Amino acid sequence: MNSIIAHELVKTYDKGAVRALDGLNLDVKEGTVLGLLGPNGSGKTTTVRVLATLLTPDSGSATVAGIDVLKHPDEVRKVIGLSGQYAALDETLTGWDNLNMFGRLYHLNSSGAKKRAEELLEKFSLTEAAKRPIRTYSGGMRRRLDLAASLIVKPKVLFLDEPTTGLDPRGRMEMWEVIDDELKNQVGGERLEITVEANQIPEATKLVEQVTGTKPSVDNGIRKISAPVSNGSASLIQVLRLLDDAKIHPLDIGLKRPSLDDVFIALTGHVAEVVVEGGANVAKRK
Amino acid sequence: MLQNVSDFLVITKRQLLQMIRIPEVLIFATIQPAMFVLLFRFVFGGAIDSGVKGGYVQLLMPGIFVQTVAFTLAATAVGLAADMQKGLIDRFRSLPISRSAVVIGRTVGDTLQNIVTLIVMGLVGFLVGWRPSSGPVKVLLGFLFLLAFGYSMSWIGVLIGLSVREERVAQNLVFMTVFPLTFLSNAFAPTTGMPKILQYFAEWNPVSTMVAACRQLFGTQNIFGATANSWPSQNPILMSLIYMVLLVAIFAPISVRKYVRVSK
Ligand SMILES: Nc1ncnc2c1ncn2[C@@H]1O[C@H](COP(=O)(O)OP(=O)(O)O)[C@@H](O)[C@H]1O
Ligand SMILES: [Mg+2]
Repeated sequence: MNSIIAHELVKTYDKGAVRALDGLNLDVKEGTVLGLLGPNGSGKTTTVRVLATLLTPDSGSATVAGIDVLKHPDEVRKVIGLSGQYAALDETLTGWDNLNMFGRLYHLNSSGAKKRAEELLEKFSLTEAAKRPIRTYSGGMRRRLDLAASLIVKPKVLFLDEPTTGLDPRGRMEMWEVIDDELKNQVGGERLEITVEANQIPEATKLVEQVTGTKPSVDNGIRKISAPVSNGSASLIQVLRLLDDAKIHPLDIGLKRPSLDDVFIALTGHVAEVVVEGGANVAKRK
Repeated sequence: MLQNVSDFLVITKRQLLQMIRIPEVLIFATIQPAMFVLLFRFVFGGAIDSGVKGGYVQLLMPGIFVQTVAFTLAATAVGLAADMQKGLIDRFRSLPISRSAVVIGRTVGDTLQNIVTLIVMGLVGFLVGWRPSSGPVKVLLGFLFLLAFGYSMSWIGVLIGLSVREERVAQNLVFMTVFPLTFLSNAFAPTTGMPKILQYFAEWNPVSTMVAACRQLFGTQNIFGATANSWPSQNPILMSLIYMVLLVAIFAPISVRKYVRVSK
């Protein structure tokens, strides 16, 4: 499925004087990270705002996670996370208050919102600052909390608009690490992947399932079997043993870690803005 | 529907939390009207020969109460403009909540703040000689009237806050309009002494009808408008109710529409 499709989006400001989007087309596969690069004023923020239902385009259409942005904006809002160009938080409230409030607004129940707030604070190393008002936070802490707020309901599509502007180099690095980790977390970490001869696929699949405890996904075309694992190397050894016992010799076997390509980080670490778009299966990026 | 209710309650709760996290805001919001009570009571109170039983303070208190709740408009406008400026409104708009939750939550939150302010002012007033003489039921009714008026004014504030988008601009705009409105009324001095055209305006001014209504509910003769024979002067309670209904009926839908389309 496509997580974002945009078709001929046009958006003008000031009664047509500024043409921010002039027939934008996007086609983003699920489970991919898309970076939008461009100089200031090229329409990146406008694109994000249209896709996040904040702005109505003059013409064109778009779907996010398969839902029509113009026809069903309410449905779109349920499956997206948005972290805008500037941290949008209640400065007077604490980090904990903010996450708890947004959790409630995402319709988690009282204990669910609290639990999620604590998880996210922990994950983004903000537990110590949790009870301090946001106005005492550093720029990097604000951005991390802002990102945390956009991840409350594990969105299907996550929009990040300039997640690192205004941060010093260290803050940027930290922020990218957090984003990278988050993408891995979304898919539950490592996957075991093996490639075997076509006639061995059924049996190998059974063995992988036996070890990993989850139904592997099988690509018959490239004869690849893959399944998520939590204890990577132990599972790998175990699968190898079983395969050996069954006289199956894999053409290729290994653990795949989902990660933002170094190239991607190198690129985006130096440009103004990116839209990072994660899906349920970021790990399958090839 | 139930979901909608809980959405706006979350927003209201946020405002109450703000009061707890920064108590100074509420303290100043309360000290200011309390100071007004004291200043007017002791600076003008001596000079104005009111001629009502219990002295000028009986006429003054309803005036200051109404002035204070009229400024709910300011609180709402400034609060929402600040949220706009910080991008919070955008974030709220990206959440799966009902389109009216944020603005309803805000108006309700500002009304709750008014309760605290009115209690403090009532107590200060009592200390300096204010003695409502109409009995507990009517006094309570008077305060409910004040809260309702504050709530309806708050809806104008929503539209202003979302339109100007900047805290400072909202602040200036609101003070420039609400202050004259509260002084061009019977709140502190008789309307009968004003030039004809101002007098006409003052008598139809919702602040005047509210002040007259409150004086009636608190059991004080409204001598600041007693000789005026315009319809609103003669029927202040009814006229005030009509104003409140009109304000909400006009500004609530416009403001919600504005919220849906507003964009930083
Ligand atoms: N609210 C607005 N009113 C008028 N012009 C705007 C508004 N927002 C953006 N623009 C203009 O639209 C163009 C694209 O802006 P934007 O989407 O913010 O670009 P980017 O995020 O790539 O810097 C710019 O020329 C900008 O000046
Ligand atoms: Mg931008």
